[in-house]
Amino acid sequence: MLDADIRLRLDRLNLDAVLSVQAGEVVALLGPNGAGKSTVLRALSGLLRLDGGKVELDGTVLEEPAKHIRVAPEKRPVGLMFQEYLLFPHLSAVENVAFGLRARGVDRRAARERAAAALERLGVAKVSEARPGNMSGGQQQRVAMARAMVTEPKLLLLDEPLAALDVSTKTDVRRQLRATLRESQAANVMVTHDLLDAVALADRMFVIEDGGIAQSGTPAEVTARPKSRYVADLVGVNLLRGTARGTALELDGGGRLVTGQEMSGQVLALIAPHDVSVSRDRPDGESSPNVWPGQIGAVDLMGDRVRVRVDGTPTITAEVTPAAVDALNLDAGGQLWASAPPTSIHSYPP
Amino acid sequence: MRNHRARMGVAVICLAIVAMLAAACGTSSSSTVRTTSASQKVSGAVVVFAAASLKDAFDQIGKQFEQANQGVSVKFNYAGSSSLATQIKQAAPADVFASADTTNMDTVTNDNLASGPKNFASNTLEIMVGAGNPKHIKSVSDLANSDVKVAVCASDVPCGKYTQEVFKKAGVTVHPVSEETSVSSVVTKVTLGEADAGVVYTTDVKAGGDKISGVTIPANQNVTAEYPIVALKDAPNKDGATAFINYVLGPAGQKVLQSFGFKPAGK
Amino acid sequence: MSRSGQRFNPVISGLAAIAALFFILPLTGLVIRAPWSSMTKTITSSGSLDALWLTLIASLATTALALIFGFPLAWLLARVQFRGKALVRGLTTLPMVLPPVVGGIALLLAYGRRGLVGEPLYSAVGFSLPFTTPGVIVAESFVAMPFFVITLESGLSSMNTRLEDAARSLGASRLTVFRRVTLPLIAPSLLAGTVLAWSRAVGEFGATITFAGNLPGVTQTAPLAIYISQSSGKIDEAIALSLVLVVVSLAVMIGTRNRSRSA
Repeated sequence: MLDADIRLRLDRLNLDAVLSVQAGEVVALLGPNGAGKSTVLRALSGLLRLDGGKVELDGTVLEEPAKHIRVAPEKRPVGLMFQEYLLFPHLSAVENVAFGLRARGVDRRAARERAAAALERLGVAKVSEARPGNMSGGQQQRVAMARAMVTEPKLLLLDEPLAALDVSTKTDVRRQLRATLRESQAANVMVTHDLLDAVALADRMFVIEDGGIAQSGTPAEVTARPKSRYVADLVGVNLLRGTARGTALELDGGGRLVTGQEMSGQVLALIAPHDVSVSRDRPDGESSPNVWPGQIGAVDLMGDRVRVRVDGTPTITAEVTPAAVDALNLDAGGQLWASAPPTSIHSYPP
Repeated sequence: MRNHRARMGVAVICLAIVAMLAAACGTSSSSTVRTTSASQKVSGAVVVFAAASLKDAFDQIGKQFEQANQGVSVKFNYAGSSSLATQIKQAAPADVFASADTTNMDTVTNDNLASGPKNFASNTLEIMVGAGNPKHIKSVSDLANSDVKVAVCASDVPCGKYTQEVFKKAGVTVHPVSEETSVSSVVTKVTLGEADAGVVYTTDVKAGGDKISGVTIPANQNVTAEYPIVALKDAPNKDGATAFINYVLGPAGQKVLQSFGFKPAGK
Repeated sequence: MSRSGQRFNPVISGLAAIAALFFILPLTGLVIRAPWSSMTKTITSSGSLDALWLTLIASLATTALALIFGFPLAWLLARVQFRGKALVRGLTTLPMVLPPVVGGIALLLAYGRRGLVGEPLYSAVGFSLPFTTPGVIVAESFVAMPFFVITLESGLSSMNTRLEDAARSLGASRLTVFRRVTLPLIAPSLLAGTVLAWSRAVGEFGATITFAGNLPGVTQTAPLAIYISQSSGKIDEAIALSLVLVVVSLAVMIGTRNRSRSA
């Protein structure tokens, strides 16, 4: 089990993050670029020094600056899979995978056997003798995974494991990663920028923004109640802030809405785009108390749906069908009326 | 279009070759002097290959010669005489050759590259030591001491041959620390203090000033170096060569040589 | 319209041919004019053997020194940030652009008997470098080591150091990282730098004759012996020795050619 309180300063990043991970658990770490995700992994692995805090793994303190305790990276039972894989170009796949075992004293033959078995399990036995330069991206990814896992680390760190793969390979590899992680006894921390990875693979997720943990919970919890713009954008929902008095909501940016819950004080309000309607003419007053005008800000095609951003008070994104785009002549721009029924506005504490 | 580019390319290469050849021919033709053979009027450049030990004296002679003959410039190449002889035999473009011994002069005349050399000066050897003679060297025999670092000329250079003769006459076996390619390098080694002593010409000691001291080699151990001078048969500037040699042999040139410590020629 | 591959370009081919000939002709001249009938006798004369042996010893010693001292220096320049680094790099590579005889004079002023370091050394132990074989090694090192340092530094800095991070994360000690990751990855530039330094040392003349002097068996390396021979008209000896050097250098170049390209 991992207990980490990471405090360090790197260039312009001030990292202060607390996380804990159980053995066998998969925790995802998400966040925008520069938030500090990879830095967390490097700190956990020991490649970066902490300025303050503590890292404790299965009862052993790996680092605690205040007590001058620091275990060197090569002595930590930690496996790290890098975003750019960092396979040794001068060694074959099986030699790459055996590297960690041999570095820890396993004799050459045993190391080779275990490495070959690991490659077999991940389905890349056929490139055992090949050099990284002669492998496809998907094969490299699996060799890199095998290499990080074969030493049976107590903490497995994966830095954007699927980022470098193309869409078709990604799905297959994600499935395989899921199966592999299921069998793992280690505490697993996975950095990703793809919410789909978190949803598919993680038991819990942490959102890092600007060096701090902004939100944590199961993927379902986090996506249901995003607490920051970043997560809201990731999930694809509208997120507004304001002060609630009963069902009345005064938005911070101006405007007033009627929500579906009785709340009081500062709240976040989530509105799914498909719950927002738009029209050229002002809708009749009774059907919804939440009606306001705005200018068409952007029209984006996303698969078979279209998202329309209406810049008004507040600015809101609505989802419409392509047919509606024609019917409303949205491409011409101009004024639109947005409306959202109170039941579609979910408010919750920040 | 392909043909056009190919032809252009070939033309460029031909032009380059022609330009290089023209430059080569041009330089040699520019040093061919049109002299009026009747008068002694000399012009153009005179190239003199001279033994290293002649440097200071010949530099001054060169200046005076240029002043006496407006329109003439004298260019000197100083090195060990054997090196100069080799260069001449490899057809280096020299007008005059002044050697520090007759042996090297002979190799040039024997190859029919010149004839009728004349001795114009003579020199003797002297031991050069650091200022104040810190190792208290008094004679040639002192040079055989194991704690004295002696620099000499290599044996194929005139001063090297002379040095070996001196050692033989004095009946001494000396183990030098270095055999330099010209007497100037020996002077440098002693002046810098790397060598305790060097066997050089008397003129070198005289020119050394207060940075060094000299220890005389008695006449019965010393040798007389005869310096011959000759105009080369293939000299680009034959009139210039003759005029320069006459100047060296004449009163003005001899005066300069003596002022630097050379003695008049022997035979 | 051409298919893939470079089309034959007469200008480039012509100029390249001239360049190739420029280098091939002198070497061919050496081979043709060599005194083949007396070659064995000339080469095995004591003077020649002394010169060749001395050249071998001194160049190998120089290369060893370059490895021992040049490696850390290259490492420092490639990996460590420190103030004045640009100056240090400039000074250590200066000998590469300096005329060797200038190097020789500078060495005299530093390590000669009256030199900055040489004088105290001489007063203390009565030893000075000029006129000794170690002096030859010093002169050769001065001109050759910078080549080693520069080549190795370039190899070190172009290597992806994150691979060393990966190795450490896998449990390799710093020594193991160096042995199994760093060394194999810089091996090509290490080899290239070594060969470069060695061949520069073999050919060194100006600094050697100025600093160490010229004495057969002690300081007269092959280049010095060749120069002395040719300047006293003993062209045959000069050519014979020259050929030996050419053959050895060619052998080394060809032998290490493929391995000193990047892996």
